[in-house]
This record gives sequence, C-alpha cells and structure tokens, in this order.
Amino acid sequence: MLKREAHSVSGVEAVGPYTLLRVERRGLEAGNPGQFFMLEAAGRLLPRPMSLCLATAGELGFLVDPVGPGTRALCSLSCGDRLAILGPLGKGFRLDVVRPLLVGGGIGIAPLPYLSERLGGPPAVLGFRSPWHAEAAVLVPNAEVVVEPTYVTEALPSGHDVLACGPAPMLEAIRRLVPDAQLAWEAPMACGYGACWGCAVRLDGQLKRLCVEGPVLDAAA
Amino acid sequence: MRLLNASGCLDALTAPEVARELDAFVTKTVTPQPREGNEPVRIAETDVGMLNAIGLANPGIERFVAQTLPQLAGLGVPIWVSVGGFSTGDYAETCERLDGEEIAAIELNLSCPNVDEVPESISETVAAARAATTKPLYAKLSPAVADLAETARAAEAAGADGLSLVNTIRGLALDERTLRPVLARGVGGLSGPALRPVALASVHACRRATDLPIVGMGGVATGRHVLELLAAGARDVALGTVLFADPGAPGRIRAELEGELAALGFANPDNVVGLAHSADRSTLDSKSRVDAEKDLHTGLNVAG
Repeated sequence: MLKREAHSVSGVEAVGPYTLLRVERRGLEAGNPGQFFMLEAAGRLLPRPMSLCLATAGELGFLVDPVGPGTRALCSLSCGDRLAILGPLGKGFRLDVVRPLLVGGGIGIAPLPYLSERLGGPPAVLGFRSPWHAEAAVLVPNAEVVVEPTYVTEALPSGHDVLACGPAPMLEAIRRLVPDAQLAWEAPMACGYGACWGCAVRLDGQLKRLCVEGPVLDAAA
Repeated sequence: MRLLNASGCLDALTAPEVARELDAFVTKTVTPQPREGNEPVRIAETDVGMLNAIGLANPGIERFVAQTLPQLAGLGVPIWVSVGGFSTGDYAETCERLDGEEIAAIELNLSCPNVDEVPESISETVAAARAATTKPLYAKLSPAVADLAETARAAEAAGADGLSLVNTIRGLALDERTLRPVLARGVGGLSGPALRPVALASVHACRRATDLPIVGMGGVATGRHVLELLAAGARDVALGTVLFADPGAPGRIRAELEGELAALGFANPDNVVGLAHSADRSTLDSKSRVDAEKDLHTGLNVAG
C-alpha cells in the first residue's frame, strides 16, 4: 500500500560532504535495508529517491549528497521543516546470508548503517574519493576504509556473502569478482512506484524498472 | 466530469489502489509489436516541468491482450487502451484486435514526441482506426502544430468520438556540469506545470472548433487546475506528472475541486464546462448559493 505523509525534520548534520537528514518517524515503516523512500524536495516538481540509512524508535535517517537542485534542497532543510515521504519502496537486501560483508563506495554507503544494524554489525569495506568523504565511514561499524587511488575491490576478502552499494563502475567490478553478490543500484526516478518507467535498467537482456525489480539485484541478473 | 490518468503516467498493476481512485484507467500506449523503449537516461527534471523519453515501451498487442488486459479487468475500473503505431495500418490492426475486448474506449496516441516515425496523417489514421473498431475513439493530439483547431476538425471529420488534449511537447535539458543532453535520446516530452497554459489554450481552441467531448490534461496538480480546464471546455480531466510525485493526487484533487466549486457556487462540475466561452457573466448554475447578480471577478454588485 502506497502511503505518503508529511513528516517533521528532527535533525540535520554534516557528515563529511554529506548531510544526515533525520525525520520524525510517527508510524513510518522502516522496511528492509536497501529499500528506499521518495522524499519531497522543496521547490522541485519531483521527489528524490533515498535509501534508508538509520532507523531508531523515533527517527528515520537519510544520508544525502548535495549533487543537484533536489538534493541541495533536502540538505538545506532545518529542524521543524516538514516534507512528504512515500515509502518504503522497492526490494531491499536479502538478509538470509551466512558470512555477510558490506561493501560501500562514496554516497553508496547510505543504506549500510541500517543494513549493518539488521545483520548484527558484520565487517565492511568502504571506499571514498578523499579523506573528507571518508568521514562518513563513522556511520558504519567494523569498517575498513580505503581512499582513492585504492579501490574497494583491492581490499575484498574472499569467502563472504557480499552486499554492496556504490557507483556503477564499482558494482560492475564487484559483479565480475563476486557473482553471487547482492548489489544496490541507482537510477533517476520520477515516481519510485512503477508508474513512470524512467528508471529502466538492463536486466537479463531486457530493460526493466529498477524501482520495481530492485534497487537491490543479484549480481548475476 | 470523470477523472482519468494520462497514458504512461500510471501502472494500474503495480499501483492498483491509485487506479481505483480514478473513473477510468488509461493504459500505456500499445503498439502491434513489442517495444523495449529508449535507452536510459529516460527522464529529467527541469525548473518548469519534467522531460521523458520512454519511447513507447510495451509488450505488443498480442501479449497485452493475453496477459495485461485480463489482469486490468480485475481492477473494476473502466479501461481505456492507448494505441500507437508507425503507420495507419498499425493503428487499424491494433484497434481491430481490441474491438472484441472488454474496454471502455481507445485513445489514439497520434503525437508521441519520443519516436522518430510519425503516422502519415491524423485524418487517415483516425479514419483507419474508425473502420476497424466500434469502440469510442479519442484522438490524442499534440499542441505543437500550426493550427490545432484544424487538426481537431480533421479528427472529428474522420470519425473520432472525442479528443485528448494535450500530449507533451518536445524539450531539452542539459547536464549541469557536462552541458550535454541529460536524456540518452537528447530531446523528450515536456510535461508538468509548463504545459498547463498550453493545455488550457488547446482545450479552449478545440472546444470552439468542434463538438467533440474533450479530456483535458497537461500540468494538472490541483482542484483549481481541473476547474480551469473544465471552464476552457474539457468534459473530463486526466492527471499525469502529478501522479509521479503524489500517488494520492486523485483523492486530494477531487476534494480540492469540491472546495473550488463550493466557493464559486457551483453544484456540479459539469455546469462549469465551457464557461470560459460564455459572454454572459452571470453563469452560476440554478443551485448556486451565490448571488448571480454579483460579478465574482470584480466584486462589483451589478444589480446595485
């Protein structure tokens, strides 16, 4: 059931170049790690898809990278501001894994804190483009951090169930190394619930909607 | 007044609760053969609307009839099927295939901005579709023509039962950093707020030009927007881009429309249809609570 309601901002804090946006939960389901929410961006026509970063009894948290007008609007919110939230949406990570290893790149670490919590704090490998960006690693427990020019694929131990989120080149590299990994992808979305067909990605040779089939997909797909 | 969705702006199978809030569900455009659509990136937001270049992705008429239609029938909402093609034969073939199906109407997508091939002429295409089906036929037109009223008259003469106004118009968005087109196809169809005055003008012009019922659409996001399209001459209204941001839009907009009607003293939205064309300013309906002698726009009491 699609549920879109206004929620109040309860916290806005800088984490390196990113902003951790907290909203009052008030009955909002957290969903599974890797699922996402459409967040209203003030002054913009379309909401922005954000995976859930943190879930407490009273708050949900989203890690936002201010890369465009919508995400900049989200990062400019203040405590007490209200924004409409739709979600949780899409398919998240499968949690029936034996030896989980979380892998994140840049803003792709966004779903990992909540995923880590749900999996009991498994080891993680995080990659960032600069030490400033790497400040966000504080959000993920048990993390080994690498900074460019070192890539996460150079620090991957073998024998793990990999759950990864990051830029497309990183996910493609992991897909080649770990064929049974679960990968969380990103695509521009207008709606997040299957209406617009804007987020089409090629799966099994066909263009399919990432918001319906994903955003978490098996690497083999 | 019926509230519909604009074709391609809702999937009733992934969001049935939204479709059930509408008076009819309009499908994504169906073509004779399956189409994958355009490569990503397919959508872009601009300051005044959004661009899409989906490219008529659809399963093709055979799979649509065999798999999609039976599932849509379970919704309990009248189904309008949007039909597209690249020749008059494509339209005729698809309409003929749908003629025996349980659908309420066919909308001919005569104006998709996201494919390169365009049908030869609207008149010939509507005539070919008319010959192929007894279903009510709505012609969906682009406002990006020299004389839309003339196009509307041609559609009427060729046998259309109604008009859907308007389709998107071509727009371009450039990437903030690279200054290259955001969309893989380059251009896309512009929808949302920027399209609304264009839709109003189109509905207004076609209401004068023909007697066909009009489904008005283009940037509708509030009850007030619905009211204005009705006044311009639309009998029904469709929601498009607003559904992307707000799947609860049908219920919200209906409630807003009730408020707008009450504020202006109309008992029924149908009594607003075409009012923008009336020279007589005391146009309130018989059940109005408002004194018809008062000019609502200027506040002047004409009688006094």
